[in-house]
Amino acid sequence: MGNDNGTAVIHFKSIGAGRRQTRPVPKGRQVDPEAEREVAALLGDRPLSRDYLIEHLHLVQDTHHQLSLRHLAALAKLMRLAFAEVYETATFYSRLDVVREGEPDRPPLTIRVCESPSCAMFGADGLRAKLQAASATGELGAAARVLPSPCFGLCDQAPTVEIGKRFVHKSTVESVKAAVAHGELGPELRPDTIDYDRYRAGGGYRLVERLLSGELTPDAVLAIMDKAVIRGLGGAGFPTGRKWHSLRATPGRKLMAVNGDEGEPGTFKDRHFLEGDPHRVLEGATIAALVTGVSEIYLYVRDEYPAAHVILAREIAKRPVHWPPIHLRRGAGAYICGEETAMLESIEGKRGTPRQKPPYPFEVGLFGHPTLIDNVETLTWVRDILEKGADWWNSFGRHGHVGQRTFSVSGRVKHPGLKLAPVGITARELIDEYCGGMVDGHTFTGYLPGGASGGILPASMADIPLDFGTLEKHGCFIGTAAVLVFSQADDIPAVAVRLARFFEDESCGHCTPCRRGTQKARMLVEAGNWDRTLLGDLADVMGDASICGLGQAAMNPISCVLRYFPEAVAAKGATK
Amino acid sequence: MTATSTTPQPAGAITFELDGKPVTAQPGERIWDVARRLGHEIPHLCRRPEPGYRPDGNCRACMVEIEGERVLAPSCNRFPHAGMRVHTATPRVEKARRLVFELLVTDQPARATSHDPSSAFWSWAEREGVLSSRYPQAPAHTPDPSHPAMRVNLDACINCRLCVMACREVQINDVIGMAYRNAAAKVAFDFDDPMGESTCVGCGECVQACPTGALMPAAYLDESQTRVTWPDRTADSLCPYCGVGCHIRYDIKDEKIVYAHGIDGDSNHNRLCVKGRFGSDYIRHPHRLTKPLIRRADKPKHALDQVDPANPCTHFREATWDEALDFAAEGLKRVKAKYGPGALAGFGSAKGSNEEAYLLQKLVRTGFGTNNVEHCTRLCHASSVVALMEALNSGAVTAPFSAALDAKLIVVIGCDPAVNHPVAATFIKNAVKQRGAKLVIVDPREQLLSRHAWRHLPFRAGSDVALLNAMLHTIIEEGLTKPEFIAARTDGFEEVKARVAEFPPERMASVCGVPAETIREVAREYARAEASLIFWGMGISQHVHGTDNVRALISLALVTGQIGRPGTGLHPLRGQNNVQGASDVGLMPDVYPDYQAVGDADVRARFEKLWDAVLDPHPGLTAVEIFDAAHEGKIRAVYVEGENPAMSEPNVMHVREAMARLDHLVVQDLFLTETACHADVILPASAFHEKSGTFTSTDRRVQLARQVVAPPGDARQDWWIIQAIARRMGLAWNYGGPSDVYREIVAVMPSLAHITWERLEREGAVIYPAPADDHPGEGILFHDAFPTANGRAKLVPAAVFPPHELPDAHYPMVLSTARILEHWHTGTMTRRARLLDDIEPEAVALMAPRELARHGVKPGGMIRVETRRGEIELKVRSDDKVPDNMVFMPFCYTEAAANLLTNDALDRESKIPEFKFCAARVSAVDEQAA
Repeated sequence: MGNDNGTAVIHFKSIGAGRRQTRPVPKGRQVDPEAEREVAALLGDRPLSRDYLIEHLHLVQDTHHQLSLRHLAALAKLMRLAFAEVYETATFYSRLDVVREGEPDRPPLTIRVCESPSCAMFGADGLRAKLQAASATGELGAAARVLPSPCFGLCDQAPTVEIGKRFVHKSTVESVKAAVAHGELGPELRPDTIDYDRYRAGGGYRLVERLLSGELTPDAVLAIMDKAVIRGLGGAGFPTGRKWHSLRATPGRKLMAVNGDEGEPGTFKDRHFLEGDPHRVLEGATIAALVTGVSEIYLYVRDEYPAAHVILAREIAKRPVHWPPIHLRRGAGAYICGEETAMLESIEGKRGTPRQKPPYPFEVGLFGHPTLIDNVETLTWVRDILEKGADWWNSFGRHGHVGQRTFSVSGRVKHPGLKLAPVGITARELIDEYCGGMVDGHTFTGYLPGGASGGILPASMADIPLDFGTLEKHGCFIGTAAVLVFSQADDIPAVAVRLARFFEDESCGHCTPCRRGTQKARMLVEAGNWDRTLLGDLADVMGDASICGLGQAAMNPISCVLRYFPEAVAAKGATK
Repeated sequence: MTATSTTPQPAGAITFELDGKPVTAQPGERIWDVARRLGHEIPHLCRRPEPGYRPDGNCRACMVEIEGERVLAPSCNRFPHAGMRVHTATPRVEKARRLVFELLVTDQPARATSHDPSSAFWSWAEREGVLSSRYPQAPAHTPDPSHPAMRVNLDACINCRLCVMACREVQINDVIGMAYRNAAAKVAFDFDDPMGESTCVGCGECVQACPTGALMPAAYLDESQTRVTWPDRTADSLCPYCGVGCHIRYDIKDEKIVYAHGIDGDSNHNRLCVKGRFGSDYIRHPHRLTKPLIRRADKPKHALDQVDPANPCTHFREATWDEALDFAAEGLKRVKAKYGPGALAGFGSAKGSNEEAYLLQKLVRTGFGTNNVEHCTRLCHASSVVALMEALNSGAVTAPFSAALDAKLIVVIGCDPAVNHPVAATFIKNAVKQRGAKLVIVDPREQLLSRHAWRHLPFRAGSDVALLNAMLHTIIEEGLTKPEFIAARTDGFEEVKARVAEFPPERMASVCGVPAETIREVAREYARAEASLIFWGMGISQHVHGTDNVRALISLALVTGQIGRPGTGLHPLRGQNNVQGASDVGLMPDVYPDYQAVGDADVRARFEKLWDAVLDPHPGLTAVEIFDAAHEGKIRAVYVEGENPAMSEPNVMHVREAMARLDHLVVQDLFLTETACHADVILPASAFHEKSGTFTSTDRRVQLARQVVAPPGDARQDWWIIQAIARRMGLAWNYGGPSDVYREIVAVMPSLAHITWERLEREGAVIYPAPADDHPGEGILFHDAFPTANGRAKLVPAAVFPPHELPDAHYPMVLSTARILEHWHTGTMTRRARLLDDIEPEAVALMAPRELARHGVKPGGMIRVETRRGEIELKVRSDDKVPDNMVFMPFCYTEAAANLLTNDALDRESKIPEFKFCAARVSAVDEQAA
């Protein structure tokens, strides 16, 4: 055969060994053009910068109920990211659902049952088993899968179930079935949210206007914040005024991140503030930004709070455009992102692994800029403190402690819920004065003073004032002030096992002590091996050498059980 | 965490207390660094003190106690401050460290059966006395043996992230990530795909960084993933492949190279690519020639000759060295006597050392008596050199590729560094990702670097000058030139200004296929950036308008003053490891060493004296011209040392015909190449690793390669062979080895002043020019003046020519040659490197998916590609980076040689052929019928 030049194909022998065949396509996965069109249509003209990765993953998942690899590949191409960059972020977050080839497609509906201690006390595990059985037999009335979930921040309504984006309080199999049958599975909005107009009508944002007009100076604001004894109510307890001073003294472009990633099991105060009085939080943030010279504010709210997202998106849009802009960012299911530097990584669209400190965020923070980070509740109080004065704030307090804070109380008390109480109140006082005492027939045996990480104390130690710095010598801390109350009905070592599973699951995996330590601790206690030496050694290395507070505190429940509930452990029969 | 955050730190040195003793920390030093400098290496796993690696502080092996702090601190990433009291060995520290090792040991395979019992991890664990664990073991990962060259055994992984840093922050190939979380967190390739099915480019940086044996060269492991191979010895030398000139430590076992480590040379800072890392076993391939061969009398030569390299005896017989050398020299002398010196020609090699290139050109000039001496620089950067010599009187780069790290804007035009200069590309990526430089890619085809680009200009192939003149138009029209620089440092601006006035972007947009606003935007950014740097390659040079392409690039740099400062300049990326040096030492028909014109009587007189010979006053023929002359019977004998023109020239069937017509062809090579098929005598030579010598990288870096292993069998070193021929041709040479030759080279080349052989033995590498014996050499040239007669650069307007052969109804597509990562030049070496052959085993062309669909061909199917010069059949790869209506073909495949198709039309000034553009027709091959 020849062509019109009289040439012909001449066959030459290859000098290769011929062990393999050439690839029909370049190395690695190829982007499916159809998937690329689908994702491109979803993205529209949204920004493609890397920090939007988690937002865009949500967008794809909200639409397709899952993240298939073909869509991830398309998203990577459109955002000009490497496959690895997309995959490592997508697989870090528990609420992003990556489906590999060969795995069945996810059903459109996901039902999640809380497995945190408060809900477990009220039968969440059994409820989940029943719902899973019902799902398997088609009795739920819709194709759905039933998964366990960490805390939803509805601990006073235990047990709680999330169906799509809707929550069922005090759930039963029947109430869940009814909700599925009803079919309204979008976020349920509270009727009493104070919107922008109502907030302004009540005197809101006057402080912002006064700051902008110069009538109120940053120095005056700082003077009040300095005087008021208020410390970071996200749990770390750093004096708020000092933090603001540090930022204000830093030159150059500065950012702010508001921590609304309320993941500490048993804590539900920030959810209340964000859904009930969002502008009070936003005003606090705006004031902080104006006082410290921050140009833009990022508000990071956990994915488990869908109603808050709807409300905040709507209300943020109502703020005047010349105020420092607020960018709302959605978490994706990772307790660790409540740690401030992990949150910064997540806002940047990455895995939520904590950064090493120093440098501290006020030096090198979001996108490398000095960053002010405050918790939702802390910012909620800013307006009141500025309007009513530091003396008003400092007039609260008990047992020599100053200020007030919102305790999230759940468990075996008559009236669980959010309790605004003086700082320094004891657990026993909180139960008796604010919660109507214990549920009838239940005797107070112990409590978590600060959620999952704050340790476990016996009822005999319920007279310690609850404040930053008071519990540490007992191997505990107040943290987010989430108080879970146990009775004789509760197996306290089992609570510690449950929390060991929680910490193992929520460890980001970045540093050795926490990644391997949380796993080994869970393996030991789950197998009933409460060996004091092995567990004590883990507590030492994790407490001393973990990068962040998660690993440093993860052994608190186990250590407390060994220390304060030795007879309960002995009853398990396996301690040394 | 990938944030490159750093703590604000004190500007000067500070004093703190380390284990009770006052010590001083220099700026930038962390606690760990200070301790190490003082001889105390605090245990470390995730800390790799080599260049480019951050102290991530995740393994927690290096924890120390700082007085006043609540918890321990990682010494590797903590800056000390004045007065800080640090303890490295308190009971608290030692307990934490022991437990860290115990937790890591828990889930490891037992040391005796581990993947690498000699790993850094096991060494440290042994030192800490922790070789077993009290804790329960978690389920292990299964092995991933999917990659030909590397093994992944994550049961040994300690999640230290060094491989992630290697892939994402050092080499920036962005394949490895840390997927999932908690104890399930796992090193993953792309979407947690098998390594061999991922986008991995095989650089092996991760293997080099891994401290545990979780990532290992496959060559070290047996089937059960246990290490069985340890090198007998190591030897430091260079990489045999591209012009980057990476420094390598070779592992040698039983006198074979089994693996290569990157070491910290200035060119590579420990980095390597897949070729350098895994591509050196070709030197022990069974095809290797170890005995001289003489063509059998019963095998007359024919253009279609094919000789099985595994079995040369079908066409050749073995001979002794004496017989073969006599035969080779006699043939040359016979032709010289009968037809005169002009009937002889010599091809040297850009793969050989400076010494070999120098000897070869000296042999041709003084022994053959002609300037018909060439090498493949003609085929790659002849046009670049012509334009650079014309403008600057200097043909080499004005800045090393590492200048990218100081650049604010980097233009990559007509080159694909991630494929052809992969290690240089890593520095470009570092500049973009870690230093915020803007990258502009100008290429019809997308490339791996495009993802990092600020702008990619996918212009129409062949419209280079229109595009570049439109950029110049913008810069001049919008007043973005540097008038003081133009006035003080250049001549000819008005001519360029007048020429580019005819090229407004608005009119050129349709010619180039790039929107006018984009042309203007990129031109503005180039001109305004604090420092702009241009890289180019054969997409610029290999055109009939190659010289004009380069003129336009030079003009861009000159009118904007983007030259002579850090981060600025012009860098034609040189393809072969010594193409710069071979050119410098005069392996070209028109110049003696140091680019001194053979036509210049004074110069010639000097060399006649130096070499004690009468020299031909006329420039010789260039590469393509030599074979044209051979075809016509004017050239009758050729000596080819280490080149393969039967594959590398354009329109090679014409070249092969010419070779078959020669009276005498001497080929000196490692293998029976396509060129050697047509030889009368073949001299078995030495491979790169089998000899010492100097090599000059693309950066003008003169580097010493050291012999790593001995040549096999009766193969001889090239300098010895050249000298043996020279002696037989009557030259009284008596060099004792490469160092003797190099001393002569330095004596005739002022450019190499202060770079002695002894200095190279001591320092390994020196950039020329080096103004003093202790000066490291000038990377950035032309700060004050250009080396022209008046010190000023000459601006020359670039003229527009269309490509020589445009698509038409018969041949509607454009064929362009290209290269692929794993194969180098004509494939002689890389296709015989086992792992490279496994990764890219067969001839393949690249076309756009849409184009394949249009032709009714499936990805991986067979196509026929035809041009006016020939036709070949090969598989096709569906590649969405390729533009429509184009077919890209690597030229390394003998079974489907792209150069059977390419056009031998030449750039009239530099005589470079137009490899990058010819008209072609593609059709599906019925595989059933075939």
